Formats: sequence, structure tokens, C-alpha cells
Amino acid sequence: MSKRNPQLNANGELTHLLSIEGLPRDVLTHILDTAASFMEVSERDVKKVPLLRGKSLFNLFFENSTRTRTTFEIAAKRLSADVLNLDITRSSTAKGETLLDTIDNLCAMHADMFVVRHATSGAPYLIAEHLARVGRKDIHVVNAGDGRHAHPTQGLLDMYTIRHFKKEFHNLTVAIVGDILHSRVARSDIHALTTFGVGELRAIGPQTLLPTQIEKMGVRVFHDLAEGLRDCDVVIMLRLQNERMNGALLPSAREYFNRYGLTAEKLALAKPDAIVMHPGPMNRGVEIDSEVADGVQAVILPQVTFGIAVRMAVMSIVAGN
Amino acid sequence: MEKISIKNGRLIDPRQDIDAALDLHLADGRVAAIGKAPDGFADARLIDASERIVCPGLVDLSARLPGLEGELAAAVAGGVTTVVCPPDTRPPLDEPGLVERLVRRAADAGLARLLPVGALTASLKGEALAELDTLARAGCVAFSQGRVALVDMQVLMRAMQYAATYGYAIWLRPQDRHLAGEGIAHDGEVASRLGLPGIPAAAETVAIAGALELARTTGVRLHLSNLSTAGGVTLVRRAREDGLSVTCDVGIHHLHLTEMDIGYFDSAARFAPPLRAQRDREALSAAAVDGLAAICSDHTPIDEDGKQLPFGEAEAGATGLELLLPLTLKWADGAGLSLTKALARITSDPAAILGLPLGQLAVGAAADVTIFDPLAQWTLNANALKSDGKSTPFNGCGMQGKVTMTLVGGRVVFGG
Repeated sequence: MSKRNPQLNANGELTHLLSIEGLPRDVLTHILDTAASFMEVSERDVKKVPLLRGKSLFNLFFENSTRTRTTFEIAAKRLSADVLNLDITRSSTAKGETLLDTIDNLCAMHADMFVVRHATSGAPYLIAEHLARVGRKDIHVVNAGDGRHAHPTQGLLDMYTIRHFKKEFHNLTVAIVGDILHSRVARSDIHALTTFGVGELRAIGPQTLLPTQIEKMGVRVFHDLAEGLRDCDVVIMLRLQNERMNGALLPSAREYFNRYGLTAEKLALAKPDAIVMHPGPMNRGVEIDSEVADGVQAVILPQVTFGIAVRMAVMSIVAGN
Repeated sequence: MEKISIKNGRLIDPRQDIDAALDLHLADGRVAAIGKAPDGFADARLIDASERIVCPGLVDLSARLPGLEGELAAAVAGGVTTVVCPPDTRPPLDEPGLVERLVRRAADAGLARLLPVGALTASLKGEALAELDTLARAGCVAFSQGRVALVDMQVLMRAMQYAATYGYAIWLRPQDRHLAGEGIAHDGEVASRLGLPGIPAAAETVAIAGALELARTTGVRLHLSNLSTAGGVTLVRRAREDGLSVTCDVGIHHLHLTEMDIGYFDSAARFAPPLRAQRDREALSAAAVDGLAAICSDHTPIDEDGKQLPFGEAEAGATGLELLLPLTLKWADGAGLSLTKALARITSDPAAILGLPLGQLAVGAAADVTIFDPLAQWTLNANALKSDGKSTPFNGCGMQGKVTMTLVGGRVVFGG
């Protein structure tokens, strides 16, 4: 029974980024500070630093996501790494190769880092543990989203965004709205925000979209959007997948929007300077009204820009440890 | 058959409430006497059981036996002399010919006794009844669906009526298929945190409530296997108080582990039913302490390929035959239960559920005997297990109590 946090080495340094859960605040702060120093790189004419020159980074996307893969690719290229994109949604696994067979093969190609997206919660842990078992501690794993479990770089870029606009965490009220049950982003945000000591953390949604005993993760549950938004400093909206209507979790997108869709009128209940975040891609008219998505309080595009710097920071830090 | 005298040991037979320094004498595959040797035992083979406990052979209500002979060898190495195997094998045990062949192969192996549970429905599809009466004649001791859910309650009711007609028992692993859905871990704190689809406790309690109600109307002898929830224990307890003929068991892993043991997605801790919350574990333990539930190993050999997968894709279960005794002793020690009562949960209690005169050392009973060193300390190295299944969440853990000899029908089948 392995109980040790597998993403930290014996010195407590980050060698993989698998989840925000269990990472000390100073590790998270160091990532955000490093990201801040990389922000300037993206504004140069020559957008490159040589930190990962000669390193091979494999984007292993067992589940499709062009957007997330692209942001990792851009971040890696700005660090001068060689990037290989493997679309393994169906290729090798369809031929019967197991996940760890695929990993062994890529190790033999002298990979230095795996960026992993997988539909099953915990898959990046299995890979990291396997690398330790076969003595390849020199290879680093970055979780780019596993099942419903974690999307730590998204969580970190959300923290970067909040820190950028609000400076401190301890005096903030943050609300996460929508399908928290199926959201790896929400779980990573919750762990990050509680680690940073946020003033109050709220989860807003119907019972069918909230995980059992979510209060134990340090959040206050609201079922009414207006009540939950009152005096919030930060509102994080989550994407609602269309398939949620099939499993008897919700009756319709229309009814959901009436209850939980963020409109200008509802947003007015939050603090006047509240920011609105969204991990994208947005469903306009389902979880968020266009007026809000395109409004002055939305920081959804800055999130994307910060995301590149945060991913550069994560990759350079794990590769350096 | 030769005569055997097992001398100098501490004899424990829960059924007769014996715990004393007594010799045990065996002849013709049966218990001949306890204490003083009967006439004609002067030339008996002598087994010295000094500093050992001599008890009835263990009766395990649920063990999967792929490769049969190897797993039966694992059984006797663990002191298990009677193994009940579920019908959800490939192919399922729904044909008398399959059952007869299985029983014959096990008899030829000459190790533990094998008692198959037959399929309740043809191909376990939950539609047509299997030939229960013919299967019983072929050697089936009860009927179940294994891990396959029976969704149609009308089929379950008719199966119970039919089984009750001939006095056959129905065993169910209670889990509502739709409530369990795509779940892979207990719907609680840990699954929420790790983002694992949950199996609510209600998936078990709803299935139990339905089965109990049908057992009440049909009068069938119902056994509920591998309970995992506090709510399930309460329902069974209440039904027994109402006079219903219902029994239950709990897997040994569920007495030791909870959802917390999943840690960082440890696939060795994936079980079906899932490991649940601490209060569930406490209720299961209380049920085993007061004798409401028997204890089984729920032995499920899984090779490395079946566990070297992300948690949600890994196979559920763990090896158990060789760990049933030490893990039961460890649990009893923690629960403050006497050795006699602890041994009852893995000998006479399961035998009573089967309605067979096993798991006891009364004069005339089958000479199935387990001899173990209660003080032996050892560290579990899963690779050293006889079973083909090496996956266990207890690998590397300290154990106390080791089987030194096992006899089945008066023959030494392990040790010696």
C-alpha cells in the first residue's frame, strides 16, 4: 500500500505533476512565481528560452483535446524542447497494447517527459509508479487531465489568474458553479484554493452534479445560484457536457440555464469587481450568457495566456528536479 | 485407512465449545475420539502438535479457482479444507456435465473438498432458470448468480419459489445493477476526491431489501454473500429478528480495509463490492463478532496484467485462501474476540450455512483438521504464495499464525 505522495522526491521537490492535492503551498507559489517570470518571454520577438533544449517531450493524449495539447506544445517549444504529439486515442491501444507497454516503448525512444491526458482517473499515477519501478526516475510525468480526478495545470493557471487580479487569497470568496461531479478542473481548483487558504470556497449546483461529501474537501454547498454568488470575488464557471442530459442528471439545458446560467443580472449579486473565469470551451447560453462571457468582468482570455506561462513553469521545474 | 493420533496440541472445536489440551484420534477418515485413545490405537501414526492449535479444517464460502489444482493446493496450505466456488466461471456452471467434471477433477486432486455453487439462471443471463434440481444432483450445494446481477425481480421471485420447492438455498451478492452503474469505488469521500465514479451504499441495501422481501414471500433459504455496508447489516439483522431464514457472510478484506486504503489509486485495493467507509467496516466487524456473519476469503486470483492498469480498469479482488486464517486471527485480536469464536466464523458457522456436518471435530465427523502455530510471525511475500493470484493489498505486511499441517478426510494433504 503506497501512501507516499508519488510526485515529490525524497527532498520534497516536485518531479512529476500529477495532482495539486498534497502539494505544499510553497511548491505551488514557486510554480506561480516561475510562471510570472516566463510571462515576459511570450512577449518577446524571439519567444524562446533554452531551458529544455535537447529534451524530448511526448504529448500522450489518450483522450482528444486539441486545445490543451496545443498549449502544452507551445509551452514546450518556448522552452526549446523537441515536442512529439502522439494521438493514441485509438491507435496502439486498439491493437491490444496496454498503457504500460506504450510507456515502455516510448522510454526506449529516450523520452524525457510525458504530458498525459487519459479518460481514466489515476492513469498518470500508474505511469509515474511504473517509471519508478523500472528505474526511470529521470522521466517526468505531467498530468494534462485524468478522468474526473485532476487537471493540475488548469488549477494552477486559475490560481495564477486569481492572484494576478486579486493579489491575495485569504480574504476572497470564490464560487465554483456547475458540474463539479464530472469536473477534474473543479477538484484541482478546490485543492489549490484550500492550500492557499482562501477565505471561503463555495460549490454551486444541483445535487445530481455535486460529488458525495464534497463538504469534506472544504467547500460550502449552495443549490441556489443567486444565494451562492452573493459577495463573491471570483466566479469559476464549469462547462456543462451535453451528455449530462442523457443520464437523468438534468432535464434540459434550458432548465439548467434558468437555474445556474450566469447572466449579468445574477453576476450583479457578486462584488462589483468580481472576476468571471471559465476553463473553456464555453457553452454560451448553457452555463454562461454571452453578455457575461464577453463582458468586462470576464478574464477567460487572460486565463489562456497565463496557461502557457504556467505550463512552461511546471515543465521547467519538474525537469530540473 | 491408517489411524492417526494428533498429540500434545491445544484442541479448539467451536462447535463443541472445546478449548483444551486434548489429543485427537482419527480413523477411517473420521474423528474416532477426543482425549484418550480408543482401543487399537497403539500403532497409530503419531503427529506431535506441541505448541500448536488443532482445529477443524477451515470452510471457505467463496473462492475462485482458475486452474483448479493449484488453487486447491493453495487452499490446504492455508488450512482450508472445504472450498465453495461461485458459478460465474467461463463457461458458467449451468450444465450438470460441467459440474460433474469439476467435482471429479477436484476429487482426483485429493486436496481440499470442492463444493460448487450452481448457476441460478441459464448462462447467468437472468432470464430462464438453470436446471437447479439436476445441478444439485451433480453436486451443487446452492445456487447463485456470482457477480452477475439479476435485474428482473420476477425471475428472482420464481427462482426462489422453485428453489424453495426442493429446499435448495439461493446465494446472492446483493448489488442493484443500475444503482451501481459504471461505479468503481464506494460513493463517498475518497471517490469524490479521486474523481472515481461511485457505487452508492444504496446499490447494496436496495438489492438486499428486495431479496429479503421475496425470501419472506417464497420461504426460500437465502444467503447474502460479501456484505459491504452498515445498512446491509442492519437489514439482515432485522430480518433475522423477524424470524426469516437468512444468513450472510463478509469477505475478510472488508473487515480490515476501507475506502481510505485506495490511497493514490492502488489497484490492489479495488474490490467488488468496493471497500467502503469506516463506519461500514465497523458494522461488518460487529456482525462478524456477534456471529451474524460468517467470514470468507473471497479469494480471487488476478494476474499482474489484471492489476497493472489504471484503478478504474483494473480487475477487482485479491488472493485470500492462504491469508484467511492469519487475517481472521489479526481481525479477532483487534476486535477483542476469543480464538474459539474467531475460528467458529471460518469453520462451524460457514458449515452451518451449508447445512453440512463439516467444520467440526465431533466423533464421527470427517477428519478435516488444520494444525497451526498461533505465535509464528511472518512477513507476507505475495510471490511466495502457492496461489496463482499474487495480488494482495497486504503484501509486505506482518502476519501472525501459520498453518503447519492440514488433513482432509484423515489424509495429510499439507505439511508433515
